[in-house]
Amino acid sequence: MNEVELTISAGRKEPGSLRLVFTLALAGMLSGLAVAGVYQITKPIIDANKARALREAVFEVVPGSAQLQRLAFRDGRLVPLGRDETTTDPVLYAGYDAEDNFLGYAIDGSGPGYQDIIHLIYGYDPQRRRVIGMQVLESRETPGLGDRIYRDEAFVAQFSSLAVEPAITVVKEESEAPNAVDAITGATISSKAVIEIINAANGRWLDRLPPAGAEPPAPEGKRGEPMPTSDDGDAAGEGS
Amino acid sequence: MNENLLWVFISACLVNNFTLYYFLGLCPFFGVSGRLTTAFRLGLATIFVMVITSLCASFLNAFILPYAPYLKLISFIVVIASTVQFVEMVIRKVSPALFRALGIFLPLITTNCAILYLALTQTSKELSVVQGLVYAVGAGSGFTIALVLMAALREEAELSSVPSVIKGTALNMILAGLLSLAFMGFAGLFSAT
Amino acid sequence: MDGTRGSDVTIDRIYDEFVKGIWRENPVFVMVLGMCPMMAVTNTAINALAMGAATAFVLIGSSLLVSLLRHLIPKQVRITTYIIIIATFVTVADLTLEAMVPEIHKALGAFISLIVVNCLILGRQEAFASRHPTRLALADAAGMAIGFAFALLCLGATREILGSGSLFGFLLFGEQFEPWVIMILPPGGFIMLGVILLFFNWMRQRRMSRQVAAAAKEEAR
Repeated sequence: MNEVELTISAGRKEPGSLRLVFTLALAGMLSGLAVAGVYQITKPIIDANKARALREAVFEVVPGSAQLQRLAFRDGRLVPLGRDETTTDPVLYAGYDAEDNFLGYAIDGSGPGYQDIIHLIYGYDPQRRRVIGMQVLESRETPGLGDRIYRDEAFVAQFSSLAVEPAITVVKEESEAPNAVDAITGATISSKAVIEIINAANGRWLDRLPPAGAEPPAPEGKRGEPMPTSDDGDAAGEGS
Repeated sequence: MNENLLWVFISACLVNNFTLYYFLGLCPFFGVSGRLTTAFRLGLATIFVMVITSLCASFLNAFILPYAPYLKLISFIVVIASTVQFVEMVIRKVSPALFRALGIFLPLITTNCAILYLALTQTSKELSVVQGLVYAVGAGSGFTIALVLMAALREEAELSSVPSVIKGTALNMILAGLLSLAFMGFAGLFSAT
Repeated sequence: MDGTRGSDVTIDRIYDEFVKGIWRENPVFVMVLGMCPMMAVTNTAINALAMGAATAFVLIGSSLLVSLLRHLIPKQVRITTYIIIIATFVTVADLTLEAMVPEIHKALGAFISLIVVNCLILGRQEAFASRHPTRLALADAAGMAIGFAFALLCLGATREILGSGSLFGFLLFGEQFEPWVIMILPPGGFIMLGVILLFFNWMRQRRMSRQVAAAAKEEAR
């Protein structure tokens, strides 16, 4: 450095504490602003994605459904929820077809699998007292073995008509019983976990449901939210 | 509830070990595991920081974050950095000998990805305060076990003749891989019967 | 103070800083930096690529900002300020990924947020961006980011090919292929990286022994 620069650097003082605090506070504020801004922009998209994923899952496990209604269990009864209403009460979903006929409930549940927790959602028909569909939402089971709980179509197909009385059981060979599920060879624990989760969720929910034949509560007018068809984008399914 | 707690602990400690399954905390894992005693002490310090972080995360989740969920990351980082600073001060006051023994490892805990991951997943799994604490103890214990085992393996490897081409980080990676393979045996330990 | 004066920022210098991060000083293979949580997301090529892109965004963005503000940030609070800047970029990247590619975001999970403790990013701010003019800092960050993404992609592609028989989801070997499942599980991550590092060690040893042999030949003449 030449002489001029040396003099300048010697004359520079150490920044005071006020300067340090000010810098940090400013950095924090700008950071908060930037993040809050991006959040405002992305939140609607993220919410729309989540809602669509949910609707597709319900559509899958309650076959034939085109509309869904969120229901919360509050004060001993089922209460319909508004579209954007959040709650800490337990929630399930009622599926209706395009003509507003009630088809069944969609219930979610989770529990420990072989590696980690499995999240799934399943459809339930209170009229016939049967499980009518099952979809694994999240799992970390062993690839090639445990992950067949969602990859193996034959396994998943067993849930399209499964009696829930007295409880769903897992068997190692094919069985004629209406409440038996044939476990996946080499993935007994993952298969059992799925059944355990559904049985436990049934234990929680079946007593809370209105008696068979009765319709679940719904708000006045049109039932629930229509669900997107396969060629719709996010725009469809936002009316109610 | 009790069964749930046991699952949370065993899952975090053995089945989904933070280091050998999620690859967290590798910096200290490969950096510090040269000596057994240091490794053990660092593990204990990490458990302590994790427990405090878990409590702070529960507090933040309950009271602050519902209003500003996008501040999650920044607030957790600040909490972790402050906790480590605080723990450093406390140890220096309470036990200068321990402080000297830990040396540089204490500040290094701040950059340990495992602690941040703990705070983030405790939030996303919506664990209660008690569950969060058990999760923290389990994760920290798992980290300590992995660290101690790795240290033992490395001390052995030092005394064996190893081809120069594989010596160093390459060998440590493969040792870690074998350890991880062994821990896979814990999967299904706590399964639905 | 600057590490270089304004007149030193030539095109050659920029190019040099850029290229070094890709191969010669590749952050993963040579400096073994920042791999911590990245190995968990390299079980498929697409996840590795997404993680590499997110890290690149954070690295380049924060290096740019740190370099622009390097005279304004007091020395005593520099690390904290860098962390605030990095955390901001990471949160932005996280939200953007969640909005645009929710499937990949779900697969990567909390590991996107862990970019903030990636020693690589903080290391580059401290070692380079805070001491060099903007264009050089940008070149360095871009080079390191590409080198890092390349390393992740190597690891991810190898693990996916061996462990699932596919690449970016496209089956390569047909239905009959019996995949080496361990490769997409954690032990495979460790072992694969160990093998890659082994390969780099071997290449380095060969180059050095060749240099020694060439020097010896010169001496003998």
